[in-house]
Amino acid sequence: MAAIKPKHQRLVLVLIALVVLIAAGLLAAWALRSQASYFYVPSDIVADPPEADRAVRLGGMVEEGSINTDADGVTIQFVVGDGEARVPVRFKGIVPSLFVEGSGVVAEGRMGSDGTFIADNLLAKHDENYVPRELQDMTEHQAKQVVAEAVEAPAQ
Amino acid sequence: MTETSASEPQPAGFRWALWLPLALFIAFVALVFYGLVRPADRTIESALIGKPVPAFDLKPAIAARPGLSSAVYQGGKPRLLNIFASWCIPCAVEAPQLDELGKQGVAIDGIAIRDRSEDVSAFLQKNGNPFARIGADNVSAVQLALGSSGVPETFVIDGKGVIRYQHVGVIRPEHVPLILRELKEAGL
Amino acid sequence: MIAEFGLAALWLAAALAALQLFAGVMALTRPGEGLGAAVRPVAVVQGALGVIAFAALMVLFVRTDLSVKLVAMSSHSAKPFIYKLAGTWGNHEGSMLLWVTVMGLAGAFVALVEKRLPERTMLATLAGQAFVSLGFYAFLLISSNPFERLPTPAPEGNGLNPLLQDIGLAFHPPTLYIGYVGLSVAFSFAIGALVTREVGPAFARAMRPWVLGAWIFLTIGIAAGSYWAYYELGWGGWWFWDPVENASLMPWLAATALLHSVSVLAARNALRAWTVMLGVVAFSMSMVGTFLVRSGILTSVHAFAVDPERGSFILGLLAINIGGALTLFAVRAVTVTEGKRFAPFSREGALVFNNVMLSAVLGIVLFGTLYPLIAEAMGAQVSVGPPYFNPMSALFVVPMLAVLMVGPLLRWRQDNPGRVGKLLILPLVAIVVAAGAMVIMGGVGVLPALGIVLAAGLAFASLMPLRGRSLKRTPLAIWGMVVAHFGVAVSLFGMASESAFSVEKLVAVRAGDSAQVGPWKVNLKTVQPVAGPNWTALEADMTASYKGGARVAIRPQSRSFWSPPQQTAESALVTRWNGQLYAVIGEQADDGRWQLRLWWKPFVTLIWYGALLIALGGLLALIGRVSSDLRRIIAREKIAYRRERQGR
Repeated sequence: MAAIKPKHQRLVLVLIALVVLIAAGLLAAWALRSQASYFYVPSDIVADPPEADRAVRLGGMVEEGSINTDADGVTIQFVVGDGEARVPVRFKGIVPSLFVEGSGVVAEGRMGSDGTFIADNLLAKHDENYVPRELQDMTEHQAKQVVAEAVEAPAQ
Repeated sequence: MTETSASEPQPAGFRWALWLPLALFIAFVALVFYGLVRPADRTIESALIGKPVPAFDLKPAIAARPGLSSAVYQGGKPRLLNIFASWCIPCAVEAPQLDELGKQGVAIDGIAIRDRSEDVSAFLQKNGNPFARIGADNVSAVQLALGSSGVPETFVIDGKGVIRYQHVGVIRPEHVPLILRELKEAGL
Repeated sequence: MIAEFGLAALWLAAALAALQLFAGVMALTRPGEGLGAAVRPVAVVQGALGVIAFAALMVLFVRTDLSVKLVAMSSHSAKPFIYKLAGTWGNHEGSMLLWVTVMGLAGAFVALVEKRLPERTMLATLAGQAFVSLGFYAFLLISSNPFERLPTPAPEGNGLNPLLQDIGLAFHPPTLYIGYVGLSVAFSFAIGALVTREVGPAFARAMRPWVLGAWIFLTIGIAAGSYWAYYELGWGGWWFWDPVENASLMPWLAATALLHSVSVLAARNALRAWTVMLGVVAFSMSMVGTFLVRSGILTSVHAFAVDPERGSFILGLLAINIGGALTLFAVRAVTVTEGKRFAPFSREGALVFNNVMLSAVLGIVLFGTLYPLIAEAMGAQVSVGPPYFNPMSALFVVPMLAVLMVGPLLRWRQDNPGRVGKLLILPLVAIVVAAGAMVIMGGVGVLPALGIVLAAGLAFASLMPLRGRSLKRTPLAIWGMVVAHFGVAVSLFGMASESAFSVEKLVAVRAGDSAQVGPWKVNLKTVQPVAGPNWTALEADMTASYKGGARVAIRPQSRSFWSPPQQTAESALVTRWNGQLYAVIGEQADDGRWQLRLWWKPFVTLIWYGALLIALGGLLALIGRVSSDLRRIIAREKIAYRRERQGR
């Protein structure tokens, strides 16, 4: 196969690379418009619901007394509210530990056709700046004991 | 080395392509700079801004100050609500700023989270006590109702009991004017 | 005392970096004044001082000196020793100190070892390295001093994010950092070459070991991070396209492209400007990644302490370093003459294809990672996840892997399709067999099926460069290439198999009940509380048996840490040669049943074994290149020595 003998091979290479990269960019922009998952609060969902089956995220407060577990033991139903609107949510899975009634949650999922939000994943806010009282009461001696025990009996 | 042979004239198309990476990078910096300067608070707790304070009634955390109930916020004057704890190191860091705000005539209330009365007293003795009222929230109930996820956090609440601003984290000296401005907007 | 000592070492190191930059620039602009001779020793001492400062911080952490703010904020006296040590770099200040330390060390190494490049290029390279380091020293000393004291010592430390208390994660960030910072050497070499216009095979050979070394660390770091997320988050997935993960993937993509273009430059003196640019881009991606993670402008499931103010500082550094380098590139690359030409159907052609595809994937990942910011500028809050990243990256990775089957078999400059076709018969048979199997099995998604077919073809094609060679005499560099490419096939097979054949079961069971997932029968015996050094947990005592075989005990935990309070799911894994059972325990329902989440993931471990093979391939190539370089240097010295003796 004879080489195409361009006067400036470098220019040809640059142009090819540019075309591919620009194509990738345009494709990415198009894909992002249809695939990015938008953030909604309950009043947004009530005012202008997203199309069914479009991936979105729903953020708000878990209403007091709204968490119910189904008979299978792994599906939970609860209501997310923002003070104005309320959206029922269904989630099948293991809930994060900080997920409790009266606290904030972000649910990833989609709106079902019956007006229930089907969550694939729940994110509860974590907190880093926190020291509990139990540990403050522990004397240095006790702390050392705990460490010693841990060294003697590593990972069970 | 053979690199420095007589340079051939470069095709024009190649020349402008060389500036493309820089142009893309400048766009990146502009975008990210926007991301940095935009208002930092975009967590869902801000959903409470513009909403009335949830109803609560807390027992006093120390004998020297009365407890705190949401009725206080119907007084017609804006107030600052600071969520703190004696075991919280950042809370000690922001204490001088709260004192400063108190000296400027701002009414400040506190909610002590999961704390003991004697610890709170000791903390206030050491770091100053700018608080008019201090409620004890031993189970974080009010903290959660306020949508606060940690300590310290500070709320600006206007005279009708509506939350106007939420400050997450330590109030550093440079934040004092910001808090004062929010209080002014709330009608101070 | 130790804190002040460390701080002094840090200040001295910064001053020496300034001196290194000054002496380098002076020697370049006014040669003959002898300042150039100072640059190498200064670089070595600067590296040593960085190590001293870092060692001082380590001592502070091991002793849990609570009068130091950083220790009080991120350590705790009740923490196991190894995590106290890991606490040194498990926070913002410490990790930045690690960054400058590794950068200084790398500079010292270059100064000591690198003798092939023209002296002027070396001076420019070391000056460039000093310039970049200087920015990070300023950042440390001005806005994040790791040695800052508290006015009064804290009574007890603030702990460390319990998610980070894990042996894998303790050593994961430093591995990635060494990779990131190793690329800074490639960056400095590129700057040096642009300043003196010496872009050629010598430059490529000098740069190659650094790129290889950094790339090996990045590969291991990413694989380890992925495995950590897999078993620690308890979500069953191994890659989430999270900003933190993308931040480590992007430099790897750039470094992979650079690795391949460097070999074109070294062997054939082609792709000169392109290689220089990739050298700049690879380290830029490292800095951008670190910036995105540390500044908190993108939110992530991996909780890191973030601070927008520091973000502004790093952004400034980024703008100066990368903007400056790209400007230099735009101005100087015009004068870098065109390299040797080649036909499209040649080794060079295939490597150019590889580079363009990798750059496209890099662009896709970067764009997707930043898109939430772009959308926010337009007033919408979005997040971007697998539905975007998976198909979009596959679009470019699939053709790249197809060309990867052919590329290593091609000759430089020009080749003949007929000759290569014969070598591809075996891989093609493998492809047809795999495709047939997929059709017969049915029900496998398009992407996973494509992955399995490609993996089958690539597994055979990657071995073909060894055909007709004496295995004993094959250079290590070739072995490295073969092993790494075979690793790609292995890893790809693991990924495709995981997504095609995984079985998941979510149930609530009482103690004594069983659940079936794939070929596994899992029985829950009891759930009991257990305690560790700084956590308590509910531990499920379960047995699992594969196809009615022997029972294996497994103990997933739901762990609660106290400092800071947080819960994590410790998954339990049973590894067989053909896959992994993955078990997570959840909450107890009101009626006393326990939630269990079980997965059977066939061949999932191949993902990480493949990655290790890729890294091993890199290591073989590195040893091969360095030892042949050394042999060449020794031979040259011998000749010089003999001449000298004859001359007498």
